[in-house]
Amino acid sequence: MTQAAQAVPETATLAAEPSGSRRRRGRTGYLLMLPATLWLLLFFVVPFYSLVATSLFDASGSDFRGYEMTYAWGNYVDVVEAYWQPFLRSLWYAALATGICLVLGYVLAYAIAFKAGRWKWLLLVLVIAPFFTSFLVRTLSWQLILSDEGFVVDALQFLRVLGPDDRLLATPVAVVAGLAYNFLPFMVLPLFASLDKIDPRLVEASSDLYAHPFVGFWKVTWPLSLPGVVSGTLLTFIPAAGDYINAEFLGSTNQRVIGNVIQGQFIDANNSPVAAALSVLLMVLIVAMVLVYVRRAGTEELL
Amino acid sequence: MAPEDQAPARRSTLSRRGLLRGGGAVAAAGLSVAALKLPFFSVAGAAQDPATCRATDLSERERRLVISNWTGYIDPRRNPRGTYNTFQDTTGITVEYNDDVNDNAEFYAKVRNQLGSCEPIDRDMIVLTDWMAARMIGLGWIQPLERERVPRLHENLIDSLRGKAWDPDRTYSAPWQSGLTGIAYNAAYVDEVGSFSELLTRSDLKGRITLLTEMRDTMGFMLKVVGAEPEDFTEDEWYDAIDALNRAVSDGQLRQFAGNNYLQQLANGDIVACEAWSGDVIQAQYDNPDIKFVVPEEGLSLWSDNMLVPNLATHQANAEAWIDYYYEPEVAARLAAWVNYICPVEGAREAMEQVDASLVDNPLIFPDEEFLADTWDFMPLDDRQSQQYEGDWSDATVG
Repeated sequence: MTQAAQAVPETATLAAEPSGSRRRRGRTGYLLMLPATLWLLLFFVVPFYSLVATSLFDASGSDFRGYEMTYAWGNYVDVVEAYWQPFLRSLWYAALATGICLVLGYVLAYAIAFKAGRWKWLLLVLVIAPFFTSFLVRTLSWQLILSDEGFVVDALQFLRVLGPDDRLLATPVAVVAGLAYNFLPFMVLPLFASLDKIDPRLVEASSDLYAHPFVGFWKVTWPLSLPGVVSGTLLTFIPAAGDYINAEFLGSTNQRVIGNVIQGQFIDANNSPVAAALSVLLMVLIVAMVLVYVRRAGTEELL
Repeated sequence: MAPEDQAPARRSTLSRRGLLRGGGAVAAAGLSVAALKLPFFSVAGAAQDPATCRATDLSERERRLVISNWTGYIDPRRNPRGTYNTFQDTTGITVEYNDDVNDNAEFYAKVRNQLGSCEPIDRDMIVLTDWMAARMIGLGWIQPLERERVPRLHENLIDSLRGKAWDPDRTYSAPWQSGLTGIAYNAAYVDEVGSFSELLTRSDLKGRITLLTEMRDTMGFMLKVVGAEPEDFTEDEWYDAIDALNRAVSDGQLRQFAGNNYLQQLANGDIVACEAWSGDVIQAQYDNPDIKFVVPEEGLSLWSDNMLVPNLATHQANAEAWIDYYYEPEVAARLAAWVNYICPVEGAREAMEQVDASLVDNPLIFPDEEFLADTWDFMPLDDRQSQQYEGDWSDATVG
């Protein structure tokens, strides 16, 4: 807070304006932040607080008897013991999907930024186009595409990639493919934003200095696109780790992820303390992983 | 980029981060102070008293009615001579009919906070399955029906649906439709599947079956498979049944637990057999005659979906008019001819001869005593049992 307050007069003195308007300008900053702060307070801090409180209720309560606040930290131990598998599965599927998105997305964004010429904007619209249909409808359509009797499975069986009794739907392959498909635009857009800003003359300069195109890419383009890589991977990984629609529609019972468990605990088992403990844990885990990732990537300024 | 350009930018990010950090600290401090004494700590039981938690009935003045029912559970509402429009025309009551019930547990989660604290859910009638109706009546969320305003219900209700332990005199509930849970298979792909244990073990079905997400349907069969009675079982038997289910899941015999979406998969061959609801199968047979319904050797599970008037409904008398209307045999027959579930109304079978003679002898719509002898009901669970068993069920189905 104090740092912010100091920073404002510093920039203001550069313009050397009268003190009255300087104060007003200081206040404007806070006024501008007010809606977002209220929003966060109302829709993040309060619910989060309630979530943490719920996770500490005595898990043996019910709607008939009510829930007692017993600071039941044991809930956290119990859920880790019972549900570590779906937890790991969520992170693993999300990591795989993020990896696939990065490869596909980088190639696509590179092509759009440097090679598409006048088709650039059309291609960008095409990347965003799937968002015009609902997420659910898009995922359900994959059920038809990957169906056991569908053309994809038929073709793969003909090519002997799949055995006669193998299938795609209700397998981990379908879940990861669904995740990668659904979150690809979140990868492409930040990557494109970074790549598009790169001055092509820098790459030319590298070849003037006799750098092989690969070296040029590795020494010039890749480092300059890192902000896009970091924000793209975060934007893909975070929602993918919490997503359970793909596992629900494209996976089988053995591919259920942590989101399915949370939903099941909250709705079917009617056990909100366990569901809340799982949600808090998922949130903490993701924040911790993101922090480590951002530190390791050394990209705090890049964000 | 020149260093002069960079410097101010970096300073401004630092201060922004500082602000965030400061804000975070304040929030954390506020949180820990608040944690000492603030709401959300301990949630009281959600039970209510329907005698006190009720609204004045506006039915006389406001001729309208808001209903929440399951999807595809009424004859086409666009048909001007259908049951729905006939009701509106004869009574002058405008019905706002929503098909927003997809799942009992999900609907419960949706209304729990309102009904649990005696707040209106803006519906005059909801339709829920036996066990959920029993739970809501037990929680005191449901208004008793005025006996003299629903005379046909008490006169015409079929015997097999009378005397349920959770509402012996049908004071709170009126069955909308009743149905059976059995097995469906696609004859284009596999031979007949005659029993539930066959469904769970036959190798040509591996990875190509689904079971229903309704615990009482599926676990009823699992209990039968391990030799227990769903109407009266012990905890040990319950865990045997859960183990059997877990084996089917881990062996990969089971593809999925399905809610409402199993028929499409059965029709296009992704699954070849499944646990299924009778009316759904009959409806699907019109499009695809290869889909067959089987009465498994283990028997059938019999259930009904019940019309209930929730607390603080403002049009109870209109809702009762609706109930009484649908207990006219002729109306019931027209409804049954469309939805193909078991008709809960005595006399509808005779009326059906005028509506669609081909359905009169269908035991899945008008079952006789002999047919119903093989059906069961799931044992009523007390609060602790349902908490425990629903937890086990959720673990088994989510993996």
